[in-house]
Amino acid sequence: MLRFTLRRVLQVVPTIVVVALLIFVIFSVVPGTFAASLFADGKRAADPQMIARLNEEFGLNKPLMERFVTYVTDLARFDLGTSFRTRQPVVDLINDRMGASLQLAVAAMVFAIVVGVPLGFLAALRPGSILDTVTMIGAVSGLSMPQFWLGLLMMYLFALQLNWLPSFGYGDGSLQNLILPAVTLGVTPLALLARTTRAGVLDVLNADFIRTAHSKGMSEAKVVRWHVARNALVLIVTTVGLQFGSLIGQAVVIEKLFAWPGIGSLLVDSVAIRDIPVVQGTILVIVLWFLIINTAVDLVYAAIDPRIKQG
Amino acid sequence: MLKRLTLAAMLSLGVATGALAAGERHGGTLVFTAPYGSSFATLDVQASPNTQEEFITQAIHRALYSWDSNQNKPVLELASSEDVSADGTVHTYHLRDNAVFHNGKPLTADDIIYSYKRIANPKNAFPGASYIAVIKGAEEFIAGKAEEISGLKKIDDHTLEITYTGPINPGFPLMQNTTVIYPSNVEDESSFAKTPVGLGAFVFKEHVPGSQVVVEKFDKYYEEGKPYLDRINIVLMAEDAARDVAFRNKEIDVSILGPTQYQAYQGEDALKDHLLEVAEVYTRNIGFNPAFEPFKDKRVRQAINHAINAPLIIERLVKNKAYPAAGWLPISSPAFDKDKVPYAFDPEKAKALLAEAGYADGFEFEVTASPNESWGVPIVEAILPMLKKVGITVKPKPVESSALGDAVTSNNFQAFIWSNLSGPDPLNALRCYYSKTAQSACNYASYASPDFDKLYEAAQQERDPAKQNDLLRQANNIVQDDAPVWFFNYNKAVMAYQPWIHGLVPNATELAVQPYDEIWIDETAPDARK
Repeated sequence: MLRFTLRRVLQVVPTIVVVALLIFVIFSVVPGTFAASLFADGKRAADPQMIARLNEEFGLNKPLMERFVTYVTDLARFDLGTSFRTRQPVVDLINDRMGASLQLAVAAMVFAIVVGVPLGFLAALRPGSILDTVTMIGAVSGLSMPQFWLGLLMMYLFALQLNWLPSFGYGDGSLQNLILPAVTLGVTPLALLARTTRAGVLDVLNADFIRTAHSKGMSEAKVVRWHVARNALVLIVTTVGLQFGSLIGQAVVIEKLFAWPGIGSLLVDSVAIRDIPVVQGTILVIVLWFLIINTAVDLVYAAIDPRIKQG
Repeated sequence: MLKRLTLAAMLSLGVATGALAAGERHGGTLVFTAPYGSSFATLDVQASPNTQEEFITQAIHRALYSWDSNQNKPVLELASSEDVSADGTVHTYHLRDNAVFHNGKPLTADDIIYSYKRIANPKNAFPGASYIAVIKGAEEFIAGKAEEISGLKKIDDHTLEITYTGPINPGFPLMQNTTVIYPSNVEDESSFAKTPVGLGAFVFKEHVPGSQVVVEKFDKYYEEGKPYLDRINIVLMAEDAARDVAFRNKEIDVSILGPTQYQAYQGEDALKDHLLEVAEVYTRNIGFNPAFEPFKDKRVRQAINHAINAPLIIERLVKNKAYPAAGWLPISSPAFDKDKVPYAFDPEKAKALLAEAGYADGFEFEVTASPNESWGVPIVEAILPMLKKVGITVKPKPVESSALGDAVTSNNFQAFIWSNLSGPDPLNALRCYYSKTAQSACNYASYASPDFDKLYEAAQQERDPAKQNDLLRQANNIVQDDAPVWFFNYNKAVMAYQPWIHGLVPNATELAVQPYDEIWIDETAPDARK
């Protein structure tokens, strides 16, 4: 198990290096610079001296190779650089936002698990029932609905019409403000979990060992608890892990819509104004987050099903 | 048509100022929206030229001058009076003796000298440096060739003498949010980015990055009886649709409207009476690059102006949230020529001009454009069929906003569509057509006209505002006739506000920027706001 864990953890390193390289190359070739973005809204006349001063300050007038070496050297020291826009360390900016992003992702995932898994389970235990049909229609709708539109719908219904919840913002960090964005973000993983759980449970229910358990006179409740739940868990854990890993990246749209102060909205802002160190840093953190969760899932998976370690 | 529009603009101005009627009430919380992004770049507003940071600036800071929206001109802010030398270059400011910073330090001449030196410090590369450059000796300081700015001279604690490079109106450059005054007794300058200290009516309380800035009433503010409000939550709301729901749900007090919302709000009884409109000082245009052969000929540029039905686009696409442009200087500019009419929509005349210029068979050009709904790709798509009818083929070249700025300032385009600042200072706005202004500075269409230059230089030296405006009006008309750009429209900014809000002003420089110390809320506000 230790060797497996080490191997999986070490695999993260080359992935991060490749991603870092890709981000650097992409943002070196896309048109537009931070200095030019200051005049992009046309609200000020361009100032060539200022553009030159800023490009010099940020080292953007240096050859690509030199900038790349600096970037890699800094990265090796875990230094994500300094934001062009705020002139603060990128790490500080990400730290400021990470809490809100995690809050949103965790809340969305909890919502998805608490609602999605039992629904999938119940649907599988009563295939063809009304509950099953409704759950599956709901799941397909949840998967196909654009998040932006769904968010607006939630705002319209729960804020404007019913007046139950605030429509936007972080407020003072209270649960009230969290509910709408978290539910909106949680709908996709919820739908996926409901479908996966249903499929997983149905698979197990049709397996030979379940028939054997039944024929040995095991009660329905025991069969479900000891065999079905345990076996379906592998699939559920994988889905939860993958969804949780990608949730922070997916939250970009939701954060923008609900004015939620996470790293998603920081990323969108930074891309628009070409604040490259922040873009690079934020993407790296999101990728790292995904890799860590993914690795953790693999490890849990391996613990549940020892055959995985061989693979 | 334009006369009517000007009248409409003036009327909206009157309506808005009418909101300043007696009965001001103290107390309450204003929930104000910052609609241009999902974060504040920094709370060190000297470092940031973005409109987004102006919302914080208005609450926390003050500059030597400020913009008076009702008079439509810059006025003294931190000085109670000024003496101006006969040649107009030396201004002696008598500073307010009751202005105190939020950290308790009284304002002195040292703070202004300190602030201007900080802004111009070449190591900082701050955007406000170009505004400070109007002070004598600032250029040398910015270039790192001088230790001091020679034009700044402290007479005593409350008297400051500033020598300018010419007889300019220093109000325009020194009212900017990037030229606000900071206290000179703060040891760690980097603290301004997290805990700003200013002279404004509100004290910084809290910043939730990416969400909001909260400010509270400053008890020692120099304007007696102000501010009225106890607290302002300046919340970030970049999405139009989300802002719409929040406004209708009464969670926010003001909302800037786009064309679609403008049309919708006008049709609803509960909303249409609380719209504040103003002709903002921006001109939307398509700039022609004279390096592209057909654009060298004035007749071709004029033909394009005649071939496009701008009023139709304004009506259908921009939903009347704009005024047709009759030249570069906008309606709110003091040098605007109210007798000048826009180019008439006349495809036959356009064809004749093209034939005269040798382009009877037309030609093809591309327009670099951002996705902006009011001055981007959708507008270019709208002009395609109109220009096709006179034989010209247009191709939109879509780019992202920051790439647009890059392409235009580096002269890498055949034509571009943009919205550019064209006021409130007409001298500064027309600088962009002065042949000595670099293309990369703001002479994006590389315009050069000896007649224009002569008038512009005379206006630079003219100290009588009426005569100066007259010279600039003539210069502006030369630009219109030469048509270095397609004149599209002047922006009409629209703000929706809740009925309990009073004191908003028709700020032509940027409607979303409001003087918070003038705003008050009445007893009809929801309990949470009172």
